[in-house]
Amino acid sequence: MTKPKIAFNWASSCGGCEIAILELGTKLVELKDKIDIVFWPAAMDFKYSDLESMPDQSIDVTFFNGAIQNSENEHLAQLLRAKSKVLVAFGACAYMGGIPALANTKSKEQIFDSSYKETPTTENPQHVIPQPKFQAPEGELTIPELYNTVKTLGQVVDVDYSVPGCPPVGPQVEKVVGTFLSGELPPKGAVLGASDKSLCHECKLEKTDRRVAKLVRTYETIPDPKKCLLEQGIVCMGPATRGGCGAICMDANNPCKGCYGPLPNVVDQGAKMLSALASILDADDEETIQKLADGVVDPIGTFYRYGLAKSLLRRTKQ
Amino acid sequence: MTERFEPRIVGFLCKWCAYTGADLAGTSRMKYPPNINPIRVNCSGRVDPTLVLKAFASGADGVLIAGCHPGDCHYTNGNMKTIKRFKLLQNLLDQFGIERERIRLEWVSASEGERYASVVRSMTEEIRNIGPLNWKRSMEVIA
Repeated sequence: MTKPKIAFNWASSCGGCEIAILELGTKLVELKDKIDIVFWPAAMDFKYSDLESMPDQSIDVTFFNGAIQNSENEHLAQLLRAKSKVLVAFGACAYMGGIPALANTKSKEQIFDSSYKETPTTENPQHVIPQPKFQAPEGELTIPELYNTVKTLGQVVDVDYSVPGCPPVGPQVEKVVGTFLSGELPPKGAVLGASDKSLCHECKLEKTDRRVAKLVRTYETIPDPKKCLLEQGIVCMGPATRGGCGAICMDANNPCKGCYGPLPNVVDQGAKMLSALASILDADDEETIQKLADGVVDPIGTFYRYGLAKSLLRRTKQ
Repeated sequence: MTERFEPRIVGFLCKWCAYTGADLAGTSRMKYPPNINPIRVNCSGRVDPTLVLKAFASGADGVLIAGCHPGDCHYTNGNMKTIKRFKLLQNLLDQFGIERERIRLEWVSASEGERYASVVRSMTEEIRNIGPLNWKRSMEVIA
């Protein structure tokens, strides 16, 4: 029997998803005997030309992490789609845009201005900013072009499965890999390696029916490590987020930031969290309600930290 | 001659007050712009923010949420839930760059047909002044 051919790719992401694969540890060594890794730029020496020379549909499963933020990301997405039988959006960035998609609150020009002109540590008196093409004496040089709007993998090519998480946690990665090795594939479009219930179902913190009279940000308080963080006034995305991660952020006394994405049949994760938060605000007059609402200082960064590209509005108005 | 911009407004009207108010405006033959597409909901507190975002994302220029006056809610405090949600939603839409004129929360009782008509009149005018939102089209061309 031939071993299944597997590919991994890294687009616009931090590399944490690659670490999530390494988290398999010694199991990765055992896995090596069961699969054939045909492309994995982060860990092994492969060139894009190697990939281009493969026949179409020759890769059994591709795990693609990272959002689509430049022309190189998009090229690789299309190339891997053509070469793979199954394409998996692996991790929050490929699935929902992730942290890179917060760039959708700015335009490309604003990002360049901030990175190459305005930051105090930037020394760039000639205001040089990257150009996709440059005519050097030796010939034309090109670099990938940055896009104005970050997209999810699914907004660029057809995606078969998604694995949420920033990054997907080790035990879930193992389970997902096991699913593919078993050959029994779930229905197309399924979200793998996560639960169908909200994070609150697996969170061990004590929940009562308390409402909140004041919202606080994490740096402003030291929460009681036994009680529900939301009830302590910290915006925790738990109610609007899929479980499956094991509520590990709560173990570190940190609120959920939503990296496992929306629950099944939810269109917009941020809208659901906004709704859930509104229902526990303890106020009855407009002024107090306004004050409480203003307690969410950065609504997009709070409700759409990982999901802006996949949300209904997708980016801010330009 | 350039054509006058006709805003498309989606109205979520609660069944017990605002929708009945709108009905009264109609049966009393009050005049107001035809720019609103009313959707009857059981309570303004039932208007999930998803619906508002979806309206904007699908091409609406404005969204009106209208319900019973505070204290008059058919379900005791549904409209209080609406205010809380609305304030959070307003702050969120600010950040998305959607002007405040485009989203309104108004209280209209079943007997306030004229109030409903004047809300629709003023909202239509305000949105006409700031122009189309075009979210759908601008999202199609994003690169």
